[in-house]
Amino acid sequence: MRAGVIAGGRFPTSRVLWSVVGWLVVLVFFFPVLWMWLEALKTEPQAASSPPTIFFVPTLEEFQQVMSGDFPPFFINSAIASIGSTFMVLVLGLPAAYALAVRPVKRTRDVLFFFISTRFLPFAASLVPLYLLARDLQLLDNIFALAAIYTTINLPLGVWLLRSFLLEIPPELFEAARVDGASFATEIWRIVVPLIAPGIAATSLICLIFSWNEFFYAVNFTSSVAATAPIFLVGFISGRGLFYAKLAAAATLASLPVLLAGWIAQKQLIRGLTMGAVK
Amino acid sequence: MSSVAGSGGARIQSAASLARRDAWLRRLPLLPAFVYVIVVTQIPFALTIWYSFHSWNLLKPGSFRFSGLDNYARLLTDESIRTAVFNTVLLTISVIAISVVLGLAVASLLNSEVFGKGLMRTLMIAPFLIMPTAGALIWKDTLLNPLFGLLPNLLTPFGLGRVDWVNRYPMATVVAVEVWRWTPFMMLIILAGLQSQNPEVLEAARVDGANAFQAFRRITLPLVRPFIELGALLGSLFVVQTFDSIFMLTYGGPGEDTTNIPFLLYLVAFQGFNIGQASAIGVVAVVLTTIIATVALRTLFSIFQVEARR
Amino acid sequence: MSDRKFRPSDRQRGTSRPVSTLIVGLLVALVGGACAGAGGGGGSAGATTITLAAVDNPSMADLKKLVGDFQSSHSNIQVNIVTLPEDQLRQQVTQDVAANSGRYDLFTIGTYEVPLWAKKGWIENLSPYIAKDSSYAPDDLIPGIKGALSYNGNLYAVPFYGESSMLMYRKDMLSAAGVTMPDHPTWDQVAAAAKAVNTSSVSGICLRGLPGWGEQLAPLDTVVNTFGGRWFDQNWNAQLNTPQWHDAVTFYVNLLKNAGEPGAGNAGFTECLNAYNSGKVAMWYDATVAASFFTGDAAKNSGYAFAPTKVKDWSGWLWAWSLGMPSSSKKKDAAWTFADWATSKDYAKLVGTKLGWSRVSPGTRTSTYSIPEYQQAAGAFAQVTLDSISHADVTHPTVDPVPYIGVQYVDIDEFQQLGDQVSQEFAKVIAGGQTVDQALAKAQTLATAVGKVYQH
Repeated sequence: MRAGVIAGGRFPTSRVLWSVVGWLVVLVFFFPVLWMWLEALKTEPQAASSPPTIFFVPTLEEFQQVMSGDFPPFFINSAIASIGSTFMVLVLGLPAAYALAVRPVKRTRDVLFFFISTRFLPFAASLVPLYLLARDLQLLDNIFALAAIYTTINLPLGVWLLRSFLLEIPPELFEAARVDGASFATEIWRIVVPLIAPGIAATSLICLIFSWNEFFYAVNFTSSVAATAPIFLVGFISGRGLFYAKLAAAATLASLPVLLAGWIAQKQLIRGLTMGAVK
Repeated sequence: MSSVAGSGGARIQSAASLARRDAWLRRLPLLPAFVYVIVVTQIPFALTIWYSFHSWNLLKPGSFRFSGLDNYARLLTDESIRTAVFNTVLLTISVIAISVVLGLAVASLLNSEVFGKGLMRTLMIAPFLIMPTAGALIWKDTLLNPLFGLLPNLLTPFGLGRVDWVNRYPMATVVAVEVWRWTPFMMLIILAGLQSQNPEVLEAARVDGANAFQAFRRITLPLVRPFIELGALLGSLFVVQTFDSIFMLTYGGPGEDTTNIPFLLYLVAFQGFNIGQASAIGVVAVVLTTIIATVALRTLFSIFQVEARR
Repeated sequence: MSDRKFRPSDRQRGTSRPVSTLIVGLLVALVGGACAGAGGGGGSAGATTITLAAVDNPSMADLKKLVGDFQSSHSNIQVNIVTLPEDQLRQQVTQDVAANSGRYDLFTIGTYEVPLWAKKGWIENLSPYIAKDSSYAPDDLIPGIKGALSYNGNLYAVPFYGESSMLMYRKDMLSAAGVTMPDHPTWDQVAAAAKAVNTSSVSGICLRGLPGWGEQLAPLDTVVNTFGGRWFDQNWNAQLNTPQWHDAVTFYVNLLKNAGEPGAGNAGFTECLNAYNSGKVAMWYDATVAASFFTGDAAKNSGYAFAPTKVKDWSGWLWAWSLGMPSSSKKKDAAWTFADWATSKDYAKLVGTKLGWSRVSPGTRTSTYSIPEYQQAAGAFAQVTLDSISHADVTHPTVDPVPYIGVQYVDIDEFQQLGDQVSQEFAKVIAGGQTVDQALAKAQTLATAVGKVYQH
């Protein structure tokens, strides 16, 4: 039994009290998400009524309208950009993390600092040169170019996370491997990858979340062919009549993949966020 | 790896070259990522610096000409950048401080014997996962909308039904939405810290007569402090760059009330198309954040031991 | 040498192995699906794909609905329509054309952009294309609109719909409060009427407050014009510190405060349309095209008056959302085919038959106004629209002469930023964050800096 900080197991009334408090707080935080889902299941007049409609017959009509347009390409583009960039982060980041953790280079701290500092660059500062470069290379409205940019955005954090997971591997394993004359490749495949598979999953999840939700670069670098989910969503701020139910439906759809991924892999998310500090 | 043999001189020479070779082998895995980052971030940044010394407005073809430090001089007199810096600092500090406190509170609740912890945690992380653009639009159009939104409807009996939250209290609204998003983040990190406590220490403290709050202050808080700092620093990294929420909620306004540095850059570059000026702002922003980041990251590195492993 | 020694114990792998596998599996599935999907989205062989960047308003939404008709009769042209809210659209399109990025083959631009961009050679002269189509009938286009979209006598964009501004009001709500509205009201009369009908559940009038030179500043600028104000004098001195500006802005802000819709600061065309249609406001001063989208009670009970005046008559603005082609497009012929179709006489009939006659694009072709079904459906506002457009003069929008053209804007490059910044300051006044004088002082500084550029 874990000793609670506030509520002890000995006093059920205080347990109930704190449960109520806790649930109230959680529901306040969760309410906007719930409201988004509810609005999406209403009709437009219901969604914009005052007083607000609490009891209603759910309908998928607005969802159908939202999906009747051309929405799969947006989501496919988002998937390509997110998964592609996450994959590249792993491909580039794992060796880099290895070089910073297991067989470290000199000046590891400086290199790490350099990586993280690129994350501090305000997006808009490098946007214009990148935009003009992309234009010259005919890479505007190209989903793979967008994925390349997302790779850059996520690589620093990826390297940092992967490095911290690599640091968890007991050095004795590497010792043993080296004593037995294992080759570099064996070292990687037999030791490193299986041990940090959860860490890889955690890093991937975080990269996926940030790529999928990214708006600024998406809106500036794509127009139609490579447009991603956030742009799909913004297109529903319609000039035509009431749009709140449709907006809620579009928001629900656009947020769904990341929401599900985060919920299914909560433990990975926590690992990633606490950089492997929690075993 | 051949064994070292031969005369002493040859031994030293091959030892040195072995060391060099080893150093390069160590660097090799790092190179792809390193080169990639340099190409995609430093080259554009170098261009940004280059542009900042020129006056160039995209709307006026042929206006590209060298202007030296003009753009930077204008920054000194321009009120906009001072406002933007102030707003950035205000926004970041408010969001981080409030979400840390709230995150700590919720994490403490989740670490105690409440009912349905798992579900509570699951629901609690939803705001962090929802697309920022979607969240901001839902807040603005369906929750806070004075004509059709839920909150004004609920507040009508209290006479607050017509308050236009987003426009009357723009910074507060942006802070509120960002706190809503980042509290789960802080909560998860702090919860990890709380759960890494040794329960026996707490039991011992209770046996010694400490009440819950004393135990919290003396034992839990110091243990959790590194996690709070981690959350605050990591969170600041993102909150400083807030763009999506501002774009959707207030578009930097009214006036310049919610224009932070990223948004100011966007306005100057993509509304005014004044590339030279925007580049100067970008350079200054990078310098400022690098200075702050240096301080912050040195602290962070001391939290979790950065050990070079062999 | 066995490798067993190098395998870590199972305990060290952790119990999250199943979840990791699941995630990896999901990734693989998604990648597989993505590759399959991406490969299949190439489109039919030999088809030209054009991309249209369109402003997100009801007329464009209708166009999106009818694109299928175009594609069935033009199977070799695929049309991608990207809609964005007005501010974003402008920014994206301007960025695209200024940086010559070629992302779009067609875009919706207005009377503001056309003269500026035609001069720079950023958009294509459409006269040669029009000449090739004998059925296009460019003389059928309403003269004022046609002139506003021309440069050196050539059309550089074809009008999708044209508009001026007018006052729309609920006859039932006004008569219930004992108010009558003349055809050519003054602003004072309108303010009085708004206060008379204003209740806690229904606001007297809806006016745009959403910052943006094309949103809040459009109606506000017409108020300034009719109060006798102007942006610059003949020597490009900024005039925002004049009493006329002060009176006009004060009037607008006070009207919003006393009888305006709640959330005025966020109210653009869309929000006011929704409010008016839901019966939450009794009057609305805005674009003439709005009446095409009234529904329910609003459609049945609306009256229409000319844009309110004070010192200057005929204060309605002039605007046309039109289709322009960037000079950098590589698919000009295909783009023209679509633009031709979307602005032709046949398109008007298509909208009428398929979506309802009141929704036909107003303010573009004189022939539209002779269609009997249109007269029947839109008769109430059609004449006001036509008259307002014909009396709007972009070269003489104000009481005193001005060195610029534009009724509700100043047709210079810098106005996008200047107008946005100034309207942000006014939005702050509307939100209660500063006084009119403070806002005007800041606006004057901004405008003076811009005026200097032209003072030579």
